[in-house]
Amino acid sequence: MTEQIPLQKKVLSENDRLAAEIRGRLDAHKVLALNLVSSPGSGKTSLLERTLAELGSKLNIAVVAGDVQTENDANRISRAGGTVVKPIITNGKCHLDARMVLDVLGDIDFAATNLLVIENVGNLVCPSSYDLGEDMKVVLISTTEGDDKPLKYPGMFRRSSAMVVNKIDLLGLSDFELARVKENALQINGTLIIHELSCRTGQGLDRWYAWLSDMMAAKKSGKLVQHVDSR
Amino acid sequence: MHELSIAQSIVDTVLAVAAERPGSSVATIHLKIGALSDIARDALEFGFEAITRGTELEETLLEIEIVPIIACCERCHTEFEIHEYSFQCPDCGSRDVAMTQGAELDIDSITLTDPGPTPICNRESTHTHD
Repeated sequence: MTEQIPLQKKVLSENDRLAAEIRGRLDAHKVLALNLVSSPGSGKTSLLERTLAELGSKLNIAVVAGDVQTENDANRISRAGGTVVKPIITNGKCHLDARMVLDVLGDIDFAATNLLVIENVGNLVCPSSYDLGEDMKVVLISTTEGDDKPLKYPGMFRRSSAMVVNKIDLLGLSDFELARVKENALQINGTLIIHELSCRTGQGLDRWYAWLSDMMAAKKSGKLVQHVDSR
Repeated sequence: MHELSIAQSIVDTVLAVAAERPGSSVATIHLKIGALSDIARDALEFGFEAITRGTELEETLLEIEIVPIIACCERCHTEFEIHEYSFQCPDCGSRDVAMTQGAELDIDSITLTDPGPTPICNRESTHTHD
């Protein structure tokens, strides 16, 4: 005798529950939260260093820095600005999940925090399945990578609200074409906000800071618009 | 390769449901996986097999239905299937579209096998010997 039991249950429902808990804590204090994702080496940590050096004295920015091994990134971010940095070592896991993030958020005073940035593990596949309670994913790509990456990793580019193209000072040294990466990304995600910048030279960073400020202000006033397929 | 973590979540959920039906075994787990869920089917099957070996789910089948990506145009409300990840309305050309399906990662149902009423007969025969 067999019996079919309907479940209609999300495999990651437990992760989603914990992510909702994180989101609730952040929303209570109107703290903007970004989930920073990319391949290894695109410049997530460099972008954070720059951002903290520029905004760290005016704003309270908390950072969760995920890495497969070492606290090297967390140490770099700590040196860049007086901020709360929580390292997560995943010990081989290819993504952060909501449990790992929730465990390190414990003593962060969100009433005194303007922005939370979660630096995910360098990987464009696995982190896209795990909601971390963020308002938006920001995906980085650099000009030393293939400009067809949005087509190769459609899940991540579809779920992201913004794309940062880093290392534009190196344009022309490889076959990477700015127009092509933008077209590829917009094919996957037509409402994607695109930033072009260089963390090395500082080019384009003013626009990035201005956009961050706009997003923080939108969160404060309850007018932040979520990307339609962010989760 | 987060499919191992996903397989573990599936096993945990299914065992919790099966525990409420003592004596039954899980014959099949029916999954619905969206084409944009970033799950590799092979890797999930491999991971499931690896972590259930030697357990009560060793014989359990994974039945995976891949759900195609459907989107709805935010401008003209045309519903259409996404081919080759081109998120653009075929009618009005707008790229402001919202997915209505294709991101699923769901356990749709499970099929349990019940050993049947034999235990009752055994009990009766035991009584006659007493």
